Amino acid sequence: MSIIPLYFTIPLITAFIIPLLGKISKSLVWIVTTIVSFALFILALYGVTLTQETSMIVYKMGNWPPPLGIVMAFDSFSALMVLVISIIVFTGCFFSLRYIAHYTGQWKFYTLYMLITAGMMGIAITGDLFNMFVFLEIAAISSYCLVAFGVDAEELEASFKYMVMGEIGGLTFLLAIALLYARTSTLNLADISNTIQGNGMNSFFWMILGMLLFAFSIKAALVPFHTWLPDAHPAAPAPVSSLLSGIFIKVLGIYTTARIVYNIFGLTRANAPTFFNLLIGLGLLSIAWAGLTALKQKDYKRLLGYSTVSQIGYIMIGFGIGNYYGVAGAVFYILAHALGKGLLFLTSGAVVHRAGTRELDKLAGLGESMSTTAWSFRFGALSLIGLPPLVGFFAKLFIVLGAIKAGLLWLAIIAIGLSVLTLAYLLKIENNVFMKKGKMAGLKKAPFTMRIAMVFLVIVMLLTGLGFQTLMNFIVGPAAHALLRGFEYAQLVFGSFALNF
Amino acid sequence: MTIFVFCIALFLIGLYAIVTKRNLIKIVIGFALIEYSVNLLFALIGFRRGALAPIITKVHTTHNFVDPIPQALVLTAIVIALGTTAVMLAIALRIYERYKTFDISKIKRLKG
Repeated sequence: MSIIPLYFTIPLITAFIIPLLGKISKSLVWIVTTIVSFALFILALYGVTLTQETSMIVYKMGNWPPPLGIVMAFDSFSALMVLVISIIVFTGCFFSLRYIAHYTGQWKFYTLYMLITAGMMGIAITGDLFNMFVFLEIAAISSYCLVAFGVDAEELEASFKYMVMGEIGGLTFLLAIALLYARTSTLNLADISNTIQGNGMNSFFWMILGMLLFAFSIKAALVPFHTWLPDAHPAAPAPVSSLLSGIFIKVLGIYTTARIVYNIFGLTRANAPTFFNLLIGLGLLSIAWAGLTALKQKDYKRLLGYSTVSQIGYIMIGFGIGNYYGVAGAVFYILAHALGKGLLFLTSGAVVHRAGTRELDKLAGLGESMSTTAWSFRFGALSLIGLPPLVGFFAKLFIVLGAIKAGLLWLAIIAIGLSVLTLAYLLKIENNVFMKKGKMAGLKKAPFTMRIAMVFLVIVMLLTGLGFQTLMNFIVGPAAHALLRGFEYAQLVFGSFALNF
Repeated sequence: MTIFVFCIALFLIGLYAIVTKRNLIKIVIGFALIEYSVNLLFALIGFRRGALAPIITKVHTTHNFVDPIPQALVLTAIVIALGTTAVMLAIALRIYERYKTFDISKIKRLKG
C-alpha cells in the first residue's frame, strides 16, 4: 500500500472528526490535532527516505492509469514541501493551545487548521492540474476564514481584502486551466508537459503561462500584487500567521510556479532568458519595495508581514537564476524562511498574548521578562539576516553562488546589499521590544506550550544549519535536481506504468 | 470562436465590477459573473455540434459524443464557487455589523 494519499487524507478526515470531538472536550481536540500533526511529521520524514530510493513515486487514484485518472506524483521537491509543511503545522498547533484559549468555538479553529493542512499537502503532491485547483481553493477558503477568526472590524476587513485578491488569482487560474484543456484535451500535468514538448512553446502557451504567473504571483504576494498580505497575515491568530507566512504562500505561489515553469513548460534560462529575467525583476522589486516599507512600520506583526513579502523576493530570484546553485538556494530558502518567519510570528504571538498590544513603541522592556521569547526572536532574526552557521546563511550563499555562476555578478552584489534592509527592520523590533528597558519588564513568561513550540523551532533551525551538508545531499539537492529535470518529469510519471490501452 | 470571446468578455465585465464598484455586495456579484463565465467556457469547450450525451451503449458506438470531462469539472467548480461566495457574503455581513456600511471607501481602518 502506498502512503502518498495519506498526506492529505489524514488531515482531511481529522478535520471532520474534530467537530464531533469538540462536543466532548476542548482539550481533547487539541490533543488529537497535535498527535495527527506529529504523525504527519513522521510520515513526511518517511516520505523523504522513500524518495532517496525512487526519484518519482506515482499513486493512481482509483487505479486509473495516468492520462485518464488523477495521479499523485511524489518526488524529492514534493517531499521537501511536505516536510516543511508538517514542521510548521506541528509547531503552530502546539503553540495554539494557550493562544486561542480566549476565543469561542475552538474546535472550528482546529477544523480549519486541518483543512488548510490538507489543502497544502494536496497541492504539494498532486500530479493533476484541476486537482491542484481544488486543493488550492480548499486551502484558500480555510485561510480566508482563519484570517477573520477573531471577527474584529480590522480582521474582517483584512479578510475581505485578502479574499478579493485571492479569488481573482484563483479564478484566473481556473480560466487558464479551461483554455489549456481546450488546447491539450488533458488535465494531467505530465500529459500537458508532453503536449507542450511536442508542439514547442507557441504564443498560446506563453499567454497561458502569463495567466498562471499572474495567478500565482497574487498567491505568493510578489510586489505589484502584495497589498493583501501585510493586512491579512497580521490579522490572523499568531499560529495561523506563522503557518500562512511560513509555508502557505510558498506552497500556493512559489511551489506551483516552480513546478509549472520548470517541469511542465520545461523552461530553462537557455531557452527563455526573458521570462527568467522577469522572475528576477519581480524578486528584486519585492525585496526592495517591501523591505523599505517594512522600515516604516510601527506594528510588530505588520512589520513581519512586509518582511515576508521582501523575503519571498529572494526565493523568486533563486528560481529566476535557473542553474543548479540558484534553484538549490531557492529551495533551501523555502526551508530557511519557513523556519525563521514561522518562529518570528510565534514570538509575536507570545508577546501579544502577554502584553496585549502589537505597537512597537509600547512594548519596551520585554527582553528581561520574556527571555525565551527574546532569544527565539534573536535566533530567527539572525537566520533570516543570514548569519552563519544558521540555516538562512546557506540559503543566501547558494543563491549568491548561483548568480555568480550564471554570470550575473551585479545581481549577487545587489542581493547581498539588500540584506542590509532585513537587518535594519528586524533590528527595529529588537531595539524597541527586547533591548530597551521599559514598563513591560514586569510581565510573566510566555506559557509553557508556547515556549516549547518556539524552542523546538530554534533547535530545528540550529540542526539544519549545522547539518547543512547532509541536508544538501539528501533533501535540498535532490529537490533542485527534481526541478531541473525539466521534461523528464513527464517520462518519469508515465514511465512507472506500462501503457496498455 | 466568437462565443469564446464572449466568455472572456463576461470575465472582464466581472473583473470591472470588482475593481470599480464600491459596494461589497456588488463586488460579490462581480465574482459570481466571473465564475459563470469560466463555467460557461468549460461547458462550451466540451460541446460538439450534433453529438450525443456521453452515455456509451452498444447501439451508438459510431456516433460522436460530447466531452464529459468539462461537465464534471464545472460541477466541481460550481461547488467551490458556492463555498467562496458563501464565505464572502458572510464576511460582508459581519463587516456591515461592525462598520454599519457596505461602502468600501468608508471601510479603511487598515493602513500603512
